[in-house]
Amino acid sequence: MVNRNCRATLRLVTLINRQGHPHPPLSSSPSGIDACWKQLQRNNVHGEHKIVSFFSPLASSLKTRQWGVNIQSRCYGSASVLVQRNPKFSKLNDEDVRYFEGILGAKNVIQDDEKLITANTDWMRKYKGSSKLLLQPRTTDQVSEILKYCNFRCLAVVPQGGNTGLVGGSVPVFDEVVVSLSAMSKIISFDKVSGILVCEAGCILENIISFLDNEGFIMPLDLGAKGSCQIGGNVSTNAGGLRLLRYGSLHGNVLGIEAVLADGTVLDMLKTLRKDNTGYDLKHLFIGSEGSLGIVTKVSILTPPKLSSVNVAFLACKDYSSCQKLLQEARRKLGEILSAFEFLDSNAMNLVLNHLEGARNPLPTSLHNFYVLIETTGSDESSDKQKLEAFLLGSMENELISDGALAQDINQASSFWLLREGIPEALMRAGAVYKYDLSIPVEKMYNLVEEMRSRLGNDANVVGYGHLGDGNLHLNVSTPQYDDKILSQIEPFVYEWTSKHHGSISAEHGLGLMKANKIFYSKSPETVKVMTSIKKLLDPNHILNPYKVLPCSSIS
Amino acid sequence: MKIMVAIKRVIDYAVKIRVKPDKSGVVTQNVKMSMNPFCEIALEEALRIRESGLASEVVAVTMGPSQCLDTLRTGLAMGADRGIHVDSTSALHPLHVAKILRNLVQIEKPSLIILGKQAIDDDCNQTGQMVAGLLNWPQGTFASKVSPSSNHPGFKNQAFAPTMWWGFPKDKSNMSQIGKKEYTHGTMKSLIGVVLDKEKEEVTVDREVDDGIETVQLKLPAVITTDLRLNQPRYATLPNIMKAKSKPIKKFTPQELNVEIKSDLEIVEVTEPPKRKAGVMVSSVDELIEKLKNEAKVI
Repeated sequence: MVNRNCRATLRLVTLINRQGHPHPPLSSSPSGIDACWKQLQRNNVHGEHKIVSFFSPLASSLKTRQWGVNIQSRCYGSASVLVQRNPKFSKLNDEDVRYFEGILGAKNVIQDDEKLITANTDWMRKYKGSSKLLLQPRTTDQVSEILKYCNFRCLAVVPQGGNTGLVGGSVPVFDEVVVSLSAMSKIISFDKVSGILVCEAGCILENIISFLDNEGFIMPLDLGAKGSCQIGGNVSTNAGGLRLLRYGSLHGNVLGIEAVLADGTVLDMLKTLRKDNTGYDLKHLFIGSEGSLGIVTKVSILTPPKLSSVNVAFLACKDYSSCQKLLQEARRKLGEILSAFEFLDSNAMNLVLNHLEGARNPLPTSLHNFYVLIETTGSDESSDKQKLEAFLLGSMENELISDGALAQDINQASSFWLLREGIPEALMRAGAVYKYDLSIPVEKMYNLVEEMRSRLGNDANVVGYGHLGDGNLHLNVSTPQYDDKILSQIEPFVYEWTSKHHGSISAEHGLGLMKANKIFYSKSPETVKVMTSIKKLLDPNHILNPYKVLPCSSIS
Repeated sequence: MKIMVAIKRVIDYAVKIRVKPDKSGVVTQNVKMSMNPFCEIALEEALRIRESGLASEVVAVTMGPSQCLDTLRTGLAMGADRGIHVDSTSALHPLHVAKILRNLVQIEKPSLIILGKQAIDDDCNQTGQMVAGLLNWPQGTFASKVSPSSNHPGFKNQAFAPTMWWGFPKDKSNMSQIGKKEYTHGTMKSLIGVVLDKEKEEVTVDREVDDGIETVQLKLPAVITTDLRLNQPRYATLPNIMKAKSKPIKKFTPQELNVEIKSDLEIVEVTEPPKRKAGVMVSSVDELIEKLKNEAKVI
């Protein structure tokens, strides 16, 4: 299972491994999340070393030191860099727990094993930490006290929201203290005239959406994880989602945030002003920093009004170039009412139909290669429908689409969206999945999927889908179990290919732990140097979300 | 044989209903309207009967202001052959609708009328029964499902890739679920919930009633009203939407049909149901008994 082309240090790894802990063979256990999870649990990482990847050019220098006796099995799923627990972080002791109980009250200081397991494991069950303490502050002051103390004691901290991230950025790597924002879930104010909402970071996105629905507004972002993800996490990771095409990214929609820095300083940038050109706009640093520069505690966001006429069409195209041309046409013909343009390939469609209950194929009469979902949002029902119908019929005459269905009511529209939003869940049910989220120029996007298919052949099911309108491909490789051989075929080829085409190795998922040392594929060393100095400025002890986002070599 | 289907334009099922501040009705301004779900099921049933070769034509009828034409177009896009729009701006109650339908029947002469069992805005559940009464036709209301046979070719038509990968057992639970029937052309009678016998001029309907399923056999011409589990309506696909543009829609007014729209019902007030109050914790059994006696007055 180890690639023979590895470096010498890698052979050392395997030698020691074979002497120490024999890897459990990847048996052909029945597929399904529970069986996978049991197997993955045997590969659990304890102790101070975690082998995360074999191929990073930066890792080789780290590996030669500190082999030690405690080499444990590798981090399953995605391989990255050998990560060691930074010895300068203190270990948690009883005095610390008592101090936290003093600030938060015993109810909000959690050491209960079951709750800790949930907090330690990410949604994909790929990354598992070993934190012993979960804190649930209820006010910004409490967060400030916690961070002040942790900074003083040099205790590492992981801010956690809905824990729906896909790159391992929301769970501890070793024994960092988890600070969960879930208890801070109040909606503070809402201005009905301007549509500006101020709320705490722990509000679940779906709850905010229902609140706004009552007032006649919508959130500018919408993602499949909305039932669990929290707005603080969305802002900290600059989540994209399904409506980015129409409403833009969070950088444009977030008007202000309140964040707590590593030393406990509360930065109140919570303005509700549309325009404020006074000085450097620091909030943009926090948007997308994945919790490594500060903990976001309040958010003020501009919400667009809810428009009455929403139409969803589910279309079939015979090849990828028609999907592209369709996008160009849609931009022109539908223009201001276009609000979402998603695509999925036939493998993705089959997965959803097979694994998700309630999924129904709107175009059952034949197999199609590509499916496109178009949503329009406007204020005039009849004119929007006319526009959309004219566009669709025109595209059909020009043979851009081979078939399609138009949703006649809201239920049909939700069932179309289920086909697109249910793909991640269907992939989870199908077995193990390697997820990649890439920004690639639209013309070349599907070439990567086809190349991956030829590389992996029959060993894996390569699925491509994503936000075609934003040039964002979600490349997923589905296999019955996690297998390093397959992983070695995927990485670093995927990153190198993307880098060659001047794309981004992480369009919206962020870097987290999974891509912590891959930033150089998409950003220049000078840029990363400046990022590192900002991190040193705002978090000199590096206690916030360590081992993630920026490469470990640059931090130490 | 001709089938007539009555469809109604109502507030979309998924919309949150709000009562107007003056309590005279619900807010319909700027609210998404679509076809009544039961009417969709009725139309789907009619289309399946036609596609199985037992009927020649499906006519969709709708009544109301000009916006109802949108709903009629949806019906045509699903597959109805012709549309009839009875133009009326006044409120139409079930008896008016029934009278108009009776007079339309004398012009169109269908052998089967299929309607949804009730509309989701007024929940009257009266029109089908009234039509049957006025025409003196037999009625099979709350038509529901018939268990299909398991070796049915209809189950194979989902667009699965023919190659199975990984040797995973394919999840077949989808296919055996009742209610997830996909429709194929040239299907057998048993896929249809309503079983039509052309030679004997009869239709067998399984009705979902409170104490179970009742099977009735009706001599044609007859009236059927459809219940929720009868079928899953099809989506309107683009080729059909295109064809629908050229399908004829005949227009009538209630006066032409000799029906007087005289409102004998006046809506006095519309209020929301009372909001559910939070529960109260009691500290002892005595307090519970005291509350049950004095506040709830149940003992």
